Amino acid sequence: MTDTLTPVLTDSWDTERAWTLPAYESRGGYGALRKALGMEPGAIVEAVKESGLRGRGGAGFPTGMKWSFIPQDNPKPKYLVVNADESEPGTCKDIPLMMANPHVLVEGVIISSFAIRANKAFIYIRGEVLHVIRRVQAAVAEAYAAGHLGQDIHGSGYDLDVIVHAGAGAYICGEETALLEGLEGRRGQPRLRPPFPAVAGLYASPTVINNVESIASVPSIIEHGHEWFASMGTEKSKGYGIFSLSGHVANPGQFEAPLGITLRELIDLAGGIRDGHQLKFWTPGGSSTPLLTDEHLDVPLDFEGVAGVGSMLGTRALQIFDETTCVVRATLRWTEFYKHESCGKCTPCREGTWWLVQVLSRLEQGVGSESDLDLLLDQCDNIAGRSFCALADGAAAPIQSSIKFFRDEYIAHLTHGGCPFDPAASTLFATSGALA
Amino acid sequence: MTVSTGSTTEAATTDLVNLTIDGIAVSVPKDTLLIRAAEQVGVQIPRFCDHPLLAPVGACRQCLVDIPDAGNGRPFPKPQASCTLPVAEGMVVNTQATSPVADKAQQGIMEFLLINHPLDCPVCDKGGECPLQNQAMSNGRGESRFSATGGVKRTFPKPISISAQVLLDRERCVLCARCTRFSEEIAGDPFIALLERGALQQVGIYEKEPFESYFSGNTIQICPVGALTSAEYRFRSRPFDLVSSPSVAEHDACGSAIRVDHRRGKVMRRLSGNDPEVNEEWITDKDRFAFHYADAADRLTYPQVRDDDGSLRPASWPEAFAVAARGLAEAGASAVLTGGRVTAEDAFAYSKFARVALGTNDIDFRARPLSAEETSFLASEVVLRQGATYSDLESAATVVLAGLEPEDEAGAIFLRLRKATRASRTRVISIAPFESRGLQKLGGQLIATKPGREALALQDLLGHGDYGIDSSSVILVGERLATAPGALSAAVEVARKSGAKLAWVPRRAGDRGAVEAGCLPNLLPGGRPVADAAARVDAATTWGVSGLPETAGRDADQIVAAVNAGQVGGLVVGGVDPDDTADPAAFRAALDRASFVVALELRESDVTRVADVVFPVAPVSDKAGTFVTWEGRPRPFEAVLSVPSSLPDLRILAGIAEELGTSLGFRTVAEARAQMEEMGPWDGERAAPEPVQAHDVSDPGVTLATWKQMLDNGRMQDGDDNLRATARVAVARVSANVYDALGPSITVTGERGSVTVPAAIAEIADDVVWLPANSSGRGLLAEVGLPGSTVTLKGADE
Repeated sequence: MTDTLTPVLTDSWDTERAWTLPAYESRGGYGALRKALGMEPGAIVEAVKESGLRGRGGAGFPTGMKWSFIPQDNPKPKYLVVNADESEPGTCKDIPLMMANPHVLVEGVIISSFAIRANKAFIYIRGEVLHVIRRVQAAVAEAYAAGHLGQDIHGSGYDLDVIVHAGAGAYICGEETALLEGLEGRRGQPRLRPPFPAVAGLYASPTVINNVESIASVPSIIEHGHEWFASMGTEKSKGYGIFSLSGHVANPGQFEAPLGITLRELIDLAGGIRDGHQLKFWTPGGSSTPLLTDEHLDVPLDFEGVAGVGSMLGTRALQIFDETTCVVRATLRWTEFYKHESCGKCTPCREGTWWLVQVLSRLEQGVGSESDLDLLLDQCDNIAGRSFCALADGAAAPIQSSIKFFRDEYIAHLTHGGCPFDPAASTLFATSGALA
Repeated sequence: MTVSTGSTTEAATTDLVNLTIDGIAVSVPKDTLLIRAAEQVGVQIPRFCDHPLLAPVGACRQCLVDIPDAGNGRPFPKPQASCTLPVAEGMVVNTQATSPVADKAQQGIMEFLLINHPLDCPVCDKGGECPLQNQAMSNGRGESRFSATGGVKRTFPKPISISAQVLLDRERCVLCARCTRFSEEIAGDPFIALLERGALQQVGIYEKEPFESYFSGNTIQICPVGALTSAEYRFRSRPFDLVSSPSVAEHDACGSAIRVDHRRGKVMRRLSGNDPEVNEEWITDKDRFAFHYADAADRLTYPQVRDDDGSLRPASWPEAFAVAARGLAEAGASAVLTGGRVTAEDAFAYSKFARVALGTNDIDFRARPLSAEETSFLASEVVLRQGATYSDLESAATVVLAGLEPEDEAGAIFLRLRKATRASRTRVISIAPFESRGLQKLGGQLIATKPGREALALQDLLGHGDYGIDSSSVILVGERLATAPGALSAAVEVARKSGAKLAWVPRRAGDRGAVEAGCLPNLLPGGRPVADAAARVDAATTWGVSGLPETAGRDADQIVAAVNAGQVGGLVVGGVDPDDTADPAAFRAALDRASFVVALELRESDVTRVADVVFPVAPVSDKAGTFVTWEGRPRPFEAVLSVPSSLPDLRILAGIAEELGTSLGFRTVAEARAQMEEMGPWDGERAAPEPVQAHDVSDPGVTLATWKQMLDNGRMQDGDDNLRATARVAVARVSANVYDALGPSITVTGERGSVTVPAAIAEIADDVVWLPANSSGRGLLAEVGLPGSTVTLKGADE
């Protein structure tokens, strides 16, 4: 469509039976693995470091640096854990990737494990997506059959086993230490750090935890070189990434582009906002990142650019809302999600989300007073940065940012005696200008 | 609360970190958590989940502080939980006392904690001593914004049972996880955990397995809100009406510090005291909940003498003293059985009474199977010695348990060993018939030993490089080892050859004190051997008498035999239950055969029912005294309640002695203590050891192994039904082969009778069966036979 896209991970999605090993290998798949097995593990870590690849799960921590934290003199086994618990509202990149191209993940797992000298790797997949679990399991089985996994891989002397683990359905298990707890068979609640997983992670052994997309990016770095990868993107946010657009755009979906692309470009690629409507607000990286408005259409979508306008790049889950959407209602829905998903370990998140929902519901119904907005902001202030993990920061973000940009709309609920919007108008099946 | 850094206290003091808290410079040992460093400058940071003896968790977030300099010149951007953050050199910390940020953060957390809390302090047992209540006052806001904005609280049905004893009001819970962490980290008992998530998270149990813990009461004590209560104490009193007195637990030889809370002369509850050297902050459920025995309906409250018609009638104290003295004088040779519950002062009185007033060495504190080997062992190896201490257990590389099941028989030892094994400092090896749950919780190694082969197993320790017994090891021998011939001698030999520490662990609180006080046929007080003329002279001089009986006396079994043989006529019996003795039938026969029996008892018993004179004695709550721990550590305590009519054994013995024409020289505990101090320990030669050669005395048939479970049919648990309901049920532990052959219910028959109990599979030899000693009927000694004796098994349905 246009050369702003750089399809790498998504390039093969439209080929016939793209998820099978023959389809993957016919496009050069597992070539990077053979190349990597001929390299020194340290050289792979170095290449990933040089490429500037930063964690694609949202936090943006340099992947190569994370790998280099693994103490190689530790006598315990080392583990690679892939975080495939994609649960952030709006985020839909890892699941379609694993669905359409599971082998790029498997190949990335093998190369990454080899680099950190792990002989066991785990792929922790969100439990609800059974079809994806089956597809990744099948891909792993194919890889074993082809000799890409198991003992003495391709005569290199390197052994690796990959275990595909299904989560039990908790948002918190996307938090890396809660994921480790879940993987060990315990309740998914975050662990106290330090010790960090690089020192004492899974089974108290050195562990690297990376997002699916981060690991899946590794084969391309090995195959094409870190210079190739670093040539894309911006100064501090290098490479490509999958941007998932959802909501009120004509053609929602995954768009793989260099970091630093703008929403304006992406909306163009997605065929524009749905007919007859205008952008009202959007999330740059899922509901946990403070929402932005049409003022921010030209903000470069890289880690620094989005941070510069007070939000976070996150998972590049761009949820697009047009002017038919009530921001109070949207925020309430998100807050209900966080209340439901709070693990309960720490007080501010557990009790705070319980209370936030109640205050927001009343506001949405037009009950309360303007001082309730200050109460909400004060609650958010008491929650964000006070909790055990980042879940509660995410819970506060949509409330704080929506009040920042749409305070008048909150007050309109109070003066109107309820929501001034027609809830049906924001639905995708609504006819233009429906109802009163 | 205890700040415990294990055995590294000496090293830690040399390794100090300097930081500034609220503008005050302070130096604390490396790795100290901020929350405790702040205590050093007098700032109490509010907290719920934090507990010094539990691993940090950082869950409640109440202890947030502001850190403008983390020690590296950079601030923490957000307030930090001071309960999880160790100090760093040059760190600058501002607590709620000086930082508006920290204060607001704490106020915010407190507000959240209270939104779903019922605020039912007026009807809550914790009200008045509640950390949530107190800290809500000190660090919270006066008005609730939650209820002002029409907030709806989460509610739960009240209360649910965690066990028969422990009840949970989920609404009050602040989910600090102290209880679940205690159970996991300290006691090692599973099946209490957090369930669900978000605001619906709650403490719960696994429905298919009972929460069986001997230490569950500690969770109630460390609960920072009123969520956990005991069925025992719930709604019984308010803390501000209670008077608290420190005391020492009387249920085992651990000497655990306790706090007794009483109101208008009645004990309402007992809590753990805090003694880092002994029980830290934990006690067993028996120490906590078993105290109603002293209020039982059959409690004796006045002296009685046997009337001409054979019935007991009330008597005045002077009359009872006179009748007792006359009866003993007329009975000829008399003997004294004190029981193991006596304080050291009372034991001293019994010891002196026997020697001075009755002129005999026929005295024994042991009301259980015993041996001459043990008598010699106590005199040569135990008395006056501090073989090992709790901290030795913690620092030892290896601890050997022989004839001792700490979880059942010495709870504080069990917890200390668990602490040591969890810290990977100590390895536990147990010479026992099977791997008990307690040993599993210690991660211990079993040396499977058939009863009777303990001596050989002990000797084998030296030969096995794997066991690594050396001078950094501790060998704990239980009192049960007396029934395994040669075992105590073997333990002495192993300790001597390896340099390992050796300690004797009895079951009862008064046992060790009675050894020290000379309630043995071969020992006078202070470790003076009866056989040593100089020691006798020394004791006689202090007592102001011309001489003491010279020949060693009879032990408890020999006394019983001598009474039945007509050689001894008079018996003075303290707290002895005939069914605890080696031969209950013989003991009962002796009571009948004796021409005169004086009983000193708390409650009506099989002894008082046949005694000629019955004296009521004071329970521990009513008298001062001293228990001596298994370590040899004196644990003095004062009377909790002031009950003038409640007399200690020593006052009664003094009264009888005076009627017999001699004076014990004391009538009060203070006077007895003074005389004990005057007498002091013996500094001469110890009694010579009389080792018994180790040999296999096990029987070729099926052998009975047994010990008493902590919670069983013991009389001192009477009246505490909720506690008793948490006892483990009586099961026969047999091998899988035996179970398969005989089925789910087994009849065990010994020379004295048989019992039928459910069977459970254990990793135990096919020719050994284990039964709890006193969890069914009158107990195994009365109904089956001696430990180590031969029994037959058959399926109950056959």
